[in-house]
Amino acid sequence: MSSVAREWREIPGRYNLEGSKCECCGKVYFPKRDFCPKCRRESLGKVSKHKIDRKGDIFSFSIIHEAPECNDFLKPYAVVFVKTKDDVLIAGQLVDADLDKIQIGMPVRAVLRKLDSDGASGVIHYGFKFVPDV
Amino acid sequence: MDVGIVSYGAYVPRFRIRPEEIGRIWGVDGKGMGKGLMINQKSVPGCDEDVVTIATEAARNMMARVPGVDPKDIGAVYVGSESHPYAVKPTASIVAEAIEATPDMTAVDMEFACKAGTAGIQACMGLVGAGMVRYGVAIGADTSQGAPGDALEYSASAGGASYLIGSENVIAKINRTLSFTTDTPDFWRREGQPYPLHGGRFTGEPAYFKHITSAAKKLLAAAGAVPSDYKYAVFHQPNGKFPTRVAGMLGFLPEQIETGLLTPSIGNTYSGSVPLGLAAVLDKAQPGDRIFVTSYGSGAGSDAFDITVTDAIKSYKRENAPTLEKVLANPVYLDYGLYAKHKGKIIMSE
Repeated sequence: MSSVAREWREIPGRYNLEGSKCECCGKVYFPKRDFCPKCRRESLGKVSKHKIDRKGDIFSFSIIHEAPECNDFLKPYAVVFVKTKDDVLIAGQLVDADLDKIQIGMPVRAVLRKLDSDGASGVIHYGFKFVPDV
Repeated sequence: MDVGIVSYGAYVPRFRIRPEEIGRIWGVDGKGMGKGLMINQKSVPGCDEDVVTIATEAARNMMARVPGVDPKDIGAVYVGSESHPYAVKPTASIVAEAIEATPDMTAVDMEFACKAGTAGIQACMGLVGAGMVRYGVAIGADTSQGAPGDALEYSASAGGASYLIGSENVIAKINRTLSFTTDTPDFWRREGQPYPLHGGRFTGEPAYFKHITSAAKKLLAAAGAVPSDYKYAVFHQPNGKFPTRVAGMLGFLPEQIETGLLTPSIGNTYSGSVPLGLAAVLDKAQPGDRIFVTSYGSGAGSDAFDITVTDAIKSYKRENAPTLEKVLANPVYLDYGLYAKHKGKIIMSE
């Protein structure tokens, strides 16, 4: 069972793709970070919140046949690397898609879905997954 | 002050099952059952969808159409449903977080069988009209339950719609609303029970028909209106048969209810039913169109609304989110085995 507090801390990123932006070099990161690995010390205190665009294109993908328990009901499914409109690469699950029609460059958008739950009595974890943007 | 609908958004999961497939499992004439209920197919949630995700998608579609509205100006979020994922822990706070309306707002989950969504609209109207909030969000969404083999299994479906209620740039003014409520136990689900029970034919005359016709007649009298004053009418749709019959009883014509009657293609989305029907009408509505709406929730009550579409709908960015016609396109049909998996009816090992 995961920590409720840890999952809670990740809500802004998981629900609304809140990442961060280095005010020194302008690079956008997701998930968010407090430090820019490019600007290093220069970036201390200069990394701000940045909301990543929910729309993007498939940069790469893979079909998963052996799934972790939380995704047992969804297999086979696709995991995609999405290049968002802000030029950030985000990994996530692609759902509501016909597996044989997935292509690199296909437009997708992030939606909120159930990711997992801590058993039948525990907390439900929600977060982004991608769907075809038709 | 004109209070009404500033924006709306709808969402229905893409999966469907047909009544003949359900009937095949239980050894009954499913096709005949569907024909009697006027249901050709019903929507089914994805394995990773529930009321939180459906309500969020509808609310995000609603917000996409009003890019000028700051979500921080939303002072209330109400989610009406009878299938909230938690017994204790609000759906509304999750949805509010997902549309970035938190934290300076109130939120609560509502339940009144199939009419909690319209009750939320009324609550938001009160808050906006009293000047307590600038905008309120009312959502009706469900992943409805129907016991295996029961008549409800042929209709209980999934979907929802979200309404932004305010007094600025109102695309559809709510001229008047009233309700009719009594203690009528026609349908219920006890705490901790997975499936509802119902009173069979008792759900008809003393329940659905009495409450809808009472609320509708009172509203028509209060508004000094007759059915022919309205371009569209939307009635609660537990199946296709009931709203068609109640429309006729009240003097509405089939062409007035046609646009907002979604049950034949998606089934009964419970709390999402009237909100989705109204969304289908707003997808097509033009300035000056008058819309008559009456919901019904077992237990029992009806909320009736007299609505007029305003000129603001001409500059409203309806195209920023999919219309219901687009939402309902390209469905994926399930057999009963997959349906059982989607609905969580299969007991898995620990």
